[in-house]
Amino acid sequence: MIRDFGLIDVGYLMLAARWTLLLAAIAFVGGSIAGLLLTLLRVQPFAPLRWVASAWILIVQGTPLLAWLFVFYFGLALIGFPISTWLAVIAAYSLYASAYLAEIWRGALQSIPRQQWEAGSALALGFLEQLQHVIIPQAIRIAIPPTVGFLVQLIKNTSLAAVIGFVELTREGQLTNASTFKPFTVFIVVAAIYFAICFPLTQLSRNLEGRLHVARRVS
Amino acid sequence: MNYTFRFRDVFSSWDILQDGLLLTLRLSVITILAGLVIGTLCAAAMTYGPRWLRLSVQSYVEVIRNTPLIVQLFLVFFGLPSLGVRLDAETASVLTLSVNLGAYTSEIVRAGLEAIPKTQIEAGHALGLTGPQIFRYIVLFPALKTTYPALASQFILLMLATSVVSQISAEDLFHAASIIQSRTFRDFEVYAVVAGIYLALALALRVMFSGFYHLAFGRR
Repeated sequence: MIRDFGLIDVGYLMLAARWTLLLAAIAFVGGSIAGLLLTLLRVQPFAPLRWVASAWILIVQGTPLLAWLFVFYFGLALIGFPISTWLAVIAAYSLYASAYLAEIWRGALQSIPRQQWEAGSALALGFLEQLQHVIIPQAIRIAIPPTVGFLVQLIKNTSLAAVIGFVELTREGQLTNASTFKPFTVFIVVAAIYFAICFPLTQLSRNLEGRLHVARRVS
Repeated sequence: MNYTFRFRDVFSSWDILQDGLLLTLRLSVITILAGLVIGTLCAAAMTYGPRWLRLSVQSYVEVIRNTPLIVQLFLVFFGLPSLGVRLDAETASVLTLSVNLGAYTSEIVRAGLEAIPKTQIEAGHALGLTGPQIFRYIVLFPALKTTYPALASQFILLMLATSVVSQISAEDLFHAASIIQSRTFRDFEVYAVVAGIYLALALALRVMFSGFYHLAFGRR
């Protein structure tokens, strides 16, 4: 049955956006935990562990997110998990986010001059103490704007979860299109909702960058 | 876990993968070239253009950068026909990817253009260079040089993102995977192999881009 595209459909699309946001939030938390671990691995002194972390990042950044979605969707079943889109998307997006966040955060850590580390060790602080008291408080200001920028990427890329049938904003758009057959209107509305979510974050990231840049120039 | 991996089924369909790979490469090359041209023009317009032009380029960039690629593809491939513009999957892919990459490229190149000190341009005028000469030798070339690493990683991301065109039935590498999957039911193996091919492509591109850097900018 083909029905008309009405305001109610806009409402449903907006409701579907909460799954987009929820998925992005979960992936961001999962990616942050794994990303933090990777970042630590990449700056700690033991070389082989650094290589493992670098290889992880190289592989994840060198393959399409779409491939990871399918690998997890079908692969989890092989190792005994039931096929579940939720599980697959959370695993794939956390993996994806971990690599990019780790790169951003490593860049922020490494932009802190060496002398700061040396000053820390001169004060007899251990590796983790140096990080906690000297490096991270400075690096976090540099890391925040690109992290917010990546969050925008993450939100946009949750749209790919639609291809394994995870119902979020884009999938809801496909379903609405299937029953109303107004593809242009439907996808314009979908795009507008994404824009309404992402644009404020992009501006926030830009503002933060401007402000933190000033702070850095003064010091 | 009592599953026997059978990669042989995947590799026996190598010709399908090969056809897909060719389209992925073609899409990437055309899009990178088109995106670079669009991006450079937009960056120049944003830096030197009149106000109305700056504003319209700015809104193009913001709209593209804040909406997902797959939705843009759906809009072009499924949406445009209802306005009377019917494109086949490959054309729609090239068009959307180029417009998409152009927006990202323009932001990168613009940052490079803005980093050129005004005094350099004044020096160009003092030497009697014409406007286009100044733009080419004093502004664009150094700007591309400084932004090269960012451009190269954006292009690699674009190559990976071309996998999305499989969702509008363009027969790229990722689409080849779904064909083999439906023939062999070797889901995991197919997608693992395809992920490996993308990884090899990304690494090869990285090597190529750094080689090209030395070729184009290495002499100075």
